[in-house]
Amino acid sequence: MSKRAAEERLHDFDEVDHGLSEENAALEALRCMECVRPHCMKGCPVNIDIPEFINAVSEKKFHEAAKIIKAENMLPAICGRVCPQEAQCEGMCVLAHKDKPVRIGALERFVADWERKEGMELPEVAAQTGKRVAVVGSGPAGITAAAELARAGHKVTIFESLHAAGGVLIYGIPAFRLPKDIVETEIQQVLALGAELKLNHIVGRSVPVEELLAYDAVFIGTGAGLPYFMGLEGENLNGVYSANEFLTRVNLMHADRFPEYDTPIVRGSRVAVIGGGNVAMDAARICRRLGAKVSLIYRRREEDLPARHAEVENAIEEGVEMVCCANPTRIIGGPTVSGIECVKMEMCEADDSGRPKPRAMEGEGSTFTLDVDVVIEAIGQGPNPLLAHLIPDLELGKKGNIVVDEDGRTSIPHVFAGGDIATGAATVILAMGTAKKAAKSINEMLSS
Amino acid sequence: MYRVEKAERIADRIFEFWINAPHVARNAHAGQFVVLRIDEKGERIPLTISAAEGDLVRVVFMTIGKTTTQLSSLKAGDGIRDVAGPLGHPSEVKYWGRCIVIGGGAGIACLPILARELKEAGNEVLSIIGARNADLLLLEDELREASDELVICTDDGSKGYHGFPADILKEQVAEGNVDAVWIIGPAIMMKITSGVTREAGIKTFVSLNPIMVDGTGMCGSCRVTVGGETKFACVDGPEFDAHLVDWDEMMQRQRTYTDQEHESLDKYHDHVCRLEAKLNE
Repeated sequence: MSKRAAEERLHDFDEVDHGLSEENAALEALRCMECVRPHCMKGCPVNIDIPEFINAVSEKKFHEAAKIIKAENMLPAICGRVCPQEAQCEGMCVLAHKDKPVRIGALERFVADWERKEGMELPEVAAQTGKRVAVVGSGPAGITAAAELARAGHKVTIFESLHAAGGVLIYGIPAFRLPKDIVETEIQQVLALGAELKLNHIVGRSVPVEELLAYDAVFIGTGAGLPYFMGLEGENLNGVYSANEFLTRVNLMHADRFPEYDTPIVRGSRVAVIGGGNVAMDAARICRRLGAKVSLIYRRREEDLPARHAEVENAIEEGVEMVCCANPTRIIGGPTVSGIECVKMEMCEADDSGRPKPRAMEGEGSTFTLDVDVVIEAIGQGPNPLLAHLIPDLELGKKGNIVVDEDGRTSIPHVFAGGDIATGAATVILAMGTAKKAAKSINEMLSS
Repeated sequence: MYRVEKAERIADRIFEFWINAPHVARNAHAGQFVVLRIDEKGERIPLTISAAEGDLVRVVFMTIGKTTTQLSSLKAGDGIRDVAGPLGHPSEVKYWGRCIVIGGGAGIACLPILARELKEAGNEVLSIIGARNADLLLLEDELREASDELVICTDDGSKGYHGFPADILKEQVAEGNVDAVWIIGPAIMMKITSGVTREAGIKTFVSLNPIMVDGTGMCGSCRVTVGGETKFACVDGPEFDAHLVDWDEMMQRQRTYTDQEHESLDKYHDHVCRLEAKLNE
């Protein structure tokens, strides 16, 4: 793929690269070894028939390839962009050991983009069953479950609390990683299968719990919408954001285009982003595009950053300064932010994750202060408690997640759950995988 | 689109809107709010639910910034792009005994629904409303009907008692016949008025109105410190124990976007002026 230069990227919210050409896609597909027992598929949470679709691409049968992918995954343009392929299909590819793996993600994206341009074909929908299913949340999990259930012929209603469908795909992931028209198109495809979408509906409030439980089956995919805060002194000063708030203001509300759009944002000239995951990278890269100098504070070493390698690389290219082995201790200022105080961390014996455990250093020279006017905390998020707590008899885990079995069943017989609300914060594709399993269980229950 | 069925100016800079939003109206209770967005480029703002009848929900707001000013320009028959709700916990309506509900400014509009629900739960309800002058009072008749007794206060004495609701509350507390109090209005008024019940330890609720985005607990913009803990007003509130609220911090956070709010409103006024000039050409 052809990556755009960082200096160019900083001026817009367009994608980092524009994807493969037809020729290059076919050539890349020819690299596939056509293994007798393909490992790549074991790495795919939604079981796409990877060798089959790659084979179709190598023969330039792109419609055929799209059909193969969409048999298992209705959101290929999204997954092709945001899946951590290096830890999944590509990581399992036999070529990964000696050479570079087949670029399965890029191929998936190519096929999806090609189909979007050339005309999309809807998968077949089974005869109507007359069963009503409620899907709560329209993020990756909800949309995936809705697609599977609508294809099985059920009457599906998706409830979304925000004014736009897509969940984290819309409010969380910035456009330079996932263009919003792509999300809209893929969701439209799911709706074209016959699912109904109700925006501005907060289940448990706009839709009473009794009304919800009156559906033949319920799938809950309300996500990890509860931002965690570190509990630092100065955390409630003006200009301190959770990553969720910062990303929502920009991605969903377009605060980057204030005052054309009404939602404001504190435009820092120097920003500290706390955290080392993909969300932290997203927030940091947005701030660079808004013209700020950005320091990303992470408590472990740079090589321990949990974000995807490619995103760390993009962030560094775009001028995000990595302040590693450091932990914030307090935010300074009043009423606005003027700085953040950090303590240096030393790496000690390995912990359960196999990485060295960070420990705060003591004594002279162990602390330092960064002059910043905005702080963004991207330290993770928990399950959204709003609905889960309103349903009596729904068993919840310690962290407030909905307890499910392997097939997505909750403690209430006709209620199922998947995605981050069940697993805790994870990836788009894992949410889709668990949602698919739950939808399969629902289909089995409704047909018996 | 959610249709505005009735739009009326009921006091100086204060407007009463009835909006067709069945999913909100049919499930609304005192204390809850809606989040609305006027159009594609609009921001999401929370407004407390003032009444609900059939498919219609009522909100009453004062024009302060760009969004409320733009909202006030809508007429019956116009549409609002998004109305989400009801959000937040309902007021803690149960049998308390004798309740006092106090409203200031546009907050007065939140009292009738609360007074009615409290009465239905068997409480005796005294309503006290306050405004700078008589022109800023609203919904008097409706509130009088909803409560056992209504006391009107104006800062300038142009109507009713010459003084603040806090003065009346002080007398009531001294008489010792108060079991629960609600105060809804501007933050500074809620802060000062709730001070009156602190020593007597009378349960006092306030409805907080910090800046929100989604209104569903997802962003943390509306975080407030209550009893030393961080709470999200949208899902943990919006009503909290007045005596536990860190008022100064809340008011400081409300001012986060003051400059941008001015910029946005100025731009809107410019836009309206140019539009009018064009129409007059």
